[in-house]
This record gives sequence, C-alpha cells and structure tokens, in this order.
Amino acid sequence: MAARRIELMTCAGTGCVASGAFNIREALEKEIVNRGLQGEVAVVTTGCNGFCCQGPLLVVMPDKVFYGYLKVEDIPLLVEEHLLKGRPVEKFMFVPPEKKTPVPLISDIPFFKKQVLLVLRNKGIIDPEQIWDYIARDGYVALEKALTQMTPDEVIEEVTKAGLRGRGGAGFPAGSKWRLTRRQGNPIKYLIANCDEGDPGAYMDRSLLESDPHSLIEGMIIAAYAIGATRGFLYVRTEYPLAIKRMEIALTQARELGLLGEKILGMPFSFDIEIRQGSGAFVCGEASSLIRSIEGESPEPRQRPPRTAEVGLWGCPTVLNNVETLANVPIIIDRGAEWFSGIGTATSKGTKIFSLVGKINNTGLIEVPMGITLREIIYDIGEGIPGKKAFKAVQTGGPSGGCLPASMIDLPVDFDSLVEAGSMMGSGGMIIMDEETCMVDVARFFIQFTNDESCGKCTTCRDGSDALLEVLTRITKGEGKEGDIEFLGELSLAIGDASLCGLGTSLPNPVLSTLRYFKDEYLAHVQEKRCPALVCKNLIKYYIQPGKCIGCHACAKNCPVGAVKGEAKEIHIIDETKCTKCGTCLGVCPKKASAIVKLSGEEARNVTVLKYPIPIVKAAAQA
Amino acid sequence: MAKLTLEELRKGREDARSKIHLRGGEFKGRVIVHTGTCGISAGARDIVLAFLNQKESRSANDILVTTSGCAGLCSREPMATVEMMDGPPVKYGDLTAEKAARIFEEHILGGRIVQEYVIGIGSERGG
Repeated sequence: MAARRIELMTCAGTGCVASGAFNIREALEKEIVNRGLQGEVAVVTTGCNGFCCQGPLLVVMPDKVFYGYLKVEDIPLLVEEHLLKGRPVEKFMFVPPEKKTPVPLISDIPFFKKQVLLVLRNKGIIDPEQIWDYIARDGYVALEKALTQMTPDEVIEEVTKAGLRGRGGAGFPAGSKWRLTRRQGNPIKYLIANCDEGDPGAYMDRSLLESDPHSLIEGMIIAAYAIGATRGFLYVRTEYPLAIKRMEIALTQARELGLLGEKILGMPFSFDIEIRQGSGAFVCGEASSLIRSIEGESPEPRQRPPRTAEVGLWGCPTVLNNVETLANVPIIIDRGAEWFSGIGTATSKGTKIFSLVGKINNTGLIEVPMGITLREIIYDIGEGIPGKKAFKAVQTGGPSGGCLPASMIDLPVDFDSLVEAGSMMGSGGMIIMDEETCMVDVARFFIQFTNDESCGKCTTCRDGSDALLEVLTRITKGEGKEGDIEFLGELSLAIGDASLCGLGTSLPNPVLSTLRYFKDEYLAHVQEKRCPALVCKNLIKYYIQPGKCIGCHACAKNCPVGAVKGEAKEIHIIDETKCTKCGTCLGVCPKKASAIVKLSGEEARNVTVLKYPIPIVKAAAQA
Repeated sequence: MAKLTLEELRKGREDARSKIHLRGGEFKGRVIVHTGTCGISAGARDIVLAFLNQKESRSANDILVTTSGCAGLCSREPMATVEMMDGPPVKYGDLTAEKAARIFEEHILGGRIVQEYVIGIGSERGG
C-alpha cells in the first residue's frame, strides 16, 4: 500500500460551511478519484481555521499552501495542477489587501504571523470528530499527569500560580473559584462550562467547540478532579447545532475510551459531562441565571453572596467557567504554570481569543498574547481598514463593553488596561469601526440589544434601558433636546449602581464610553441636528452636485423608489419627499463623476437644490 | 472500543502521531518527483507510487514524498530530486520503480548517493 502524501485540511467551521465548504469537500473527493489520487491524497475535515473572510478555504499539507474563496468549479484545476502535477495555483492564493503578489504559504500570511496559538493549537490541524487526532497532538497528556502525579490541591495551586483568569468577561481568577468550591463541606459538587455566547459578532467559544472539542473535555475533567465534582454540564446555545453535534461525538468517543465515566483511565476518579441547551437568552451568560436555566427555572439572576462557588446548581457548590478558560487548563497542567505565566502581562497571563469583525480587511478568529496592542491587532493581523478609510473606534466586550477611540490604538489589550479605559475584555468580541460609523447610533444599537435581553427582574435594568433607548433613538432621529446628554450620563450611572447582575451593571457601558470619547458627536446630533458620520437617516440628505453630474442616468435607473428625477444628459435631482436614503444612488454614481454626496446639519439645510432637471449643455451655457 | 489503560493511551498516541505526521512533523529529507505533463507521460506517476510504497513499507515518516513541475530536462524523464538535510540536492533520471526502491534504500535511508542513476548534483547546474 502506498503512503499518503498530501492532506487537504478543509475548514468546516460554521462560517465556511455556510459558504459551501461541504460542496467543496465533495468536489475534492470526486476529483481526487477522477485523477486516480485516492490513497495518496486525502481530504480532512477540520474545525474553524480562523481566516473566516477567506472561506471556503483549505490548507494543503505538508506544503502549507493556503487557498481561499474556493468555488466548486475551481476544484478540477486545483487537483490537476497542485495535487497531480505539483504546481501550486496562484490564482486561489491569498493576496493581501491592495497588493498584487499572492502569498502561498499560510505561515507567511500576516493574519497568522502574529498569533500565538495555545488554546487554538489544534485548529485546522485535527479532525474534531476523531479523538485520536486530538490524542496524537498530546491530547489527554495533561489529564494523565493530573490523575497520576498531582493531588487536586496541587492542580488548583498550579492553575492559581499560572494566573489563569476567567475568559468569559470579568476576569476572575479561576484558581480562587476552584479553591472556594473545593473547601465546601457538601460532598456533591458540580462543574459547568459556560458556552452561552451571546455577544453580537462573537463566536470564539463556538469555534473552539467546533474545532477542538476534546480540549474542553480534557479541561473539564481536570477541573472536576481539582474541585471534587463527578458531574459536569456544558451549557450551550441551541443555535450552535454544529458545535453541539461535534461535542456529542467527542463525548461519545471519550466515553468509549474510558476518558469519561467510571474510573477514568483505571484511576479512582469518575466524572461525566452532559450537554444542556439554552434557547439563547443573553442573561444566561450570568452564573446564577444559567444555573437556574439548567434547573429548569426561568433564568433570573439572584442576589449574591452566597456565591455560586458555595451555593450553586441544586444548592450545591458549583464552579462555572467559560469554555475558553477551561480549554486553557490542559496547557497549564501539561507545560506548567511557570511556562504559561511567561506569556502575557503582569496581571493578565496567557493568550486571548478574539473574533475580529466589522470594518477590517481580515475578519476572523484570532488568538493573541495578552498585552498585544490594538494597533498590532488592527493593522498587522487585520491589515487595516477597507477602502483606506480612517479607523475610528473599536468596540470590545460586546454589549457590556465599550467603544475605544482611535487615539487609544496603542493600548495594550489585557483585562486591566481595557477596564481602565472604560471598556472590558468581555468574552472576546472585537468590532472595528471606521469613519462612517455613528457612535450615537452604535450606543443605540447596543442598548436596543440589552433592552431586549434584560430579564426584567430589576427596575433599573428593565425600565432604565427603556429610557436610555428612547432618548438615544430620539437623538439619532434629530429630536434630541437640551439636557438629554446629561440625562443619559446620570441614568447610566444609576443603572450600573442599582442593578443586580452583570447584564444590568454593565449595560450602560456603551453609552458611558461613547459619551466619554465621542461627546462631540452627541452634541452635534442634539445642538446642530447633524450626524458627523453621515449615518442617521433623519439627519442626512443625498445631494447631486449640479456641476459634477454627467447625466448618465444610473442613479435614476437604480433608485428603488423613483426618487431621482432627470433624463439622460440632464442634471439629475433627488426628490426628498420620496427618498428613503438607502444610498443606492451613491453606490452607482460613476467614480469619475462622483456627483452624489451625503450632507448633514447646516450644510444640508443650506444647499441649493435645482427645482427641476436641466440639460447639461444648457447648464454649461448658463455658467 | 474497550476502555483504555494508561499504557494503551500512550501506545495509541504514538500510532496516532505517525498517522498525522504530514500535518506538522519534522522531516529529515524529501524526494520530489517531477510530474509535469512530460514527466507524467513518461511514467512519473508510477515513480510517485513507488516512492510512497517504500515510505509506507519502511515506516519512514520523516521522509516527504512530494511532486513538482517539469525540471526542464524532458528527455531524461521520469526524474526525481532527493534533498536530504545534510547533503546537496541530487537529480536522478530515467527512473523505474526498481530504481526508485534502490534510491530510497541506499540514498534516502542509507545516505549513499546512487551514482549510476545521477544526472546532476547540486542546484540546477549539474545536468
């Protein structure tokens, strides 16, 4: 039999699956047979590769050649040229933004270069549905070490010394939580992995489950051994079907091999994990709400203390950690606390996974060392803002976080620096905004989200978010009044002070941080009825500059509501009573003319608009 | 599948490692079969398979068998270049499956260049 010589690491994370990864896989398998390459060339289905904007994508191993934006019809050429004849195909390779030369090797692509892969060390390299792929990459080595060479207290000590802090939001030291639970007298203890990932634009935990489920399982077994739990739960959103499917397969395989269940690896320790699906309530990200949801109650947070580490699931001491936190545990046990704490900053150790999204050239999932600057993330890994537009702000921490302005681009990204700057690490959503983003509108968007998601228990959160939303909506509609800005600030502080759980206490952050860094935008909306970013529809108008219109009629032809008037070779005008401000005309106006602009405030009010379309020749003669 | 003992886990890990070695192992050398159109028509595909068979039967996971386009000496196809970490690249020509087996054994595993099949030693100058 011949050995395999090529493996095609085909990304099948949710993003790539949505863009057709399974069709690509099928086409590859078919074409490999057509070319008689079966046996020597194999297709391997992996979890999320991370470079999501390039999907569907694959990496040819051992050549390390990266191909993106693949289409089914590209596959015959790819198989013939690269796999049969050994000639990598340039046209499917990655080309950096605004450059022409393709970068063949994945290791040379800037998006991957500055990343440090600990938690995501297996992404794109293993098939998540094959437990032996994980084991081959030193999987379950840490479990073996913990069960055979360490006492539970030593495991806790190692995690404490490593400085592992919770990756779910607040950054609470994991070791302290574990120790508190271990010390409780109740012999029944529980472990919960929180995969209730609810931040808009965030998908770190989902990808981890999809690409390397066993790293979470191994972390959970070690954590359970440390705290003395025999039952564990993975709380995951039902809207993550692929992650749940892969997790179920992984759990079954782990049970079959005796890595879960009675007497794990023949040692006197038993533990098993159940999946509990939540139906997607943001408040379940909060520990006591999540616990109530597992108990079958409606997810409302409760007063603390006692902490869930003391009184948790069904009244028993419970450790609840985020998925990413637990996935760090095998690395710490395997490599040691000293090695782990060598990565990161003084108070934030290790790495953090972010989903880099928004107005950025390279969107995807990244893992970077704590302390990396925003500039490195945005310009080195993300390769800047599309269309050479200016970077305006970055939103971290989801709806509980805040917006940081461009002036803070050299801020190191760690738990404490972000909090000091008025935002937070959160679970790792990172939304990049360019100059065409209105910060008041962003604040309104996030408050609308938390207003929807508030469980309603606390008046400040329930009614306070209503009031914030109402004022913010008014301001973006151009109906802002004197005193609105002060009201937003005061109400935000009250909501933060008087709400019970993390949802309420942090929901004003998008308002507070935008008030802190972008107050001029609020003032422009309220006082001048002007949206500086030209976003808020009620405050802008589309205007065809008579001197620049070339009479090509493209705007009129494409306007969905017939608001543009004029015939070919006439200077066109926009009927403001009909215009819905969809922006189609701006998009189709030829670049050489660039006749259409957006205006706001005084400029919009004072501009002279033609009463009816006039022929261009006549206009020139008049001039 | 039966529940694993510690020993079985360790043993299984070694086997599993060799199965995924293409995804990031250390390689001490590689053999590149020239599979341009001319190479394939001269029988280069059989040479690829011959080297792969050798690799498999000798469990030589630290050797890569790979392909590249035409080497520019079409009359001597099928051709292959052997690049070992500690030696110059060596081009062999007019290959057959038997010759490939001998090159694998003597040069790749044994470190002794098979002089009688060589058409050039060193980068792009020897031929």
